[in-house]
Amino acid sequence: MPAPVYRADPEKARRIVQLDSVTLIFHRASGLTHIVAPPAPEILAALAEGDADAATLLDRLKRDFDFGEDEELEAALSARLAELETAGLVWRP
Amino acid sequence: MRHEFRLTVGPVGFRIGSDWREPLDRLAALYDGYPETALPDFTVRLFAQRPWRRFIRPSVMIGGDYMLPDAAPMALAHGLLAAEMGMNLQMALGQRRYLLLHASAAEKGGKAVLMTGASGAGKSTLSALLGERGWRLMGDEFALVDCETGLLHAFPRLVSLKNEAIALFEGQVDARRFGPKLSDTPKGTIRHMRPNDEAVAHMAEPVKPALLLFPRFGHEAAVRPMGAGEVFVRLTQASTNYVALGEAGFDALSSLVKTVPTRAIDYPDTETALRLVEQLWTESSL
Repeated sequence: MPAPVYRADPEKARRIVQLDSVTLIFHRASGLTHIVAPPAPEILAALAEGDADAATLLDRLKRDFDFGEDEELEAALSARLAELETAGLVWRP
Repeated sequence: MRHEFRLTVGPVGFRIGSDWREPLDRLAALYDGYPETALPDFTVRLFAQRPWRRFIRPSVMIGGDYMLPDAAPMALAHGLLAAEMGMNLQMALGQRRYLLLHASAAEKGGKAVLMTGASGAGKSTLSALLGERGWRLMGDEFALVDCETGLLHAFPRLVSLKNEAIALFEGQVDARRFGPKLSDTPKGTIRHMRPNDEAVAHMAEPVKPALLLFPRFGHEAAVRPMGAGEVFVRLTQASTNYVALGEAGFDALSSLVKTVPTRAIDYPDTETALRLVEQLWTESSL
């Protein structure tokens, strides 16, 4: 089964406020407020470049963040994407 | 409606209509000195459940622009409470100009302390006591945050003293500021108290919120810092119109959380609480 491809709204669809350890996201499309911790804001920003599956998204994130080499990363990212899908912030086109 | 009373509380105008004269006379006496309003924002109606119930075992139904469909009628003796509840209901369900926080507030030196928390935390009593000790009471129930400016608007309706809190004020303030003692209400014994002249005279003056406190009664005195995420979540829970205001509410609330220092305070008695408030106020002003 191919890995699921995800899509997120463009950045202008979100109002983001950084508090101390969490990020507030006002999702304009739904009017809902989300309170998220890293790496959710980073995932949404990377996904704003275009639809991507977990492997593609990981490549984009590696451009900006130094993760080191960890085989678990892609599985962890898939789990975070599934959470964001449940929250309605990403979906499968 | 047969009888009508109009008043302004802070930036909000109310028209209260009633099938009976008595509750409005009591309201007018207690709200003595509050400006009348030409263009009310909200209407509250106190009406008889059935026409004959105006006279026989009269019971008051609360209505208005916004209503709770399953609200139970109240005894006419509690008509004053019904009017107050009706006004609160309009604010809770209909207020769209301000972010409404279920919080008390008091002002000193052009800045305000906000106090919020669960029912019974003591926010109402503490703000009312501050109001008698050199602060300006801005409101014991609702605080109004202007979404454009972030300023706090006063909403100094009658203070609703409950049970043990009543004795803290009886004998200490002018007896003419008290309403009748209402026994056997859903919240026990209630006695309304008019905020003092200073609170009424300056109620149209918004100020900057400078300190946010989450008091909790019944514990050893303690002061704890709170994470901004937790503060934000608790304030969304303390707001009746956060969702309805959409992005304007989000901006107002997140800005409040980012800019106003916040502490949780535990206290065993009101004197300790007032000391903690004054101490934190001094520290936050440094």
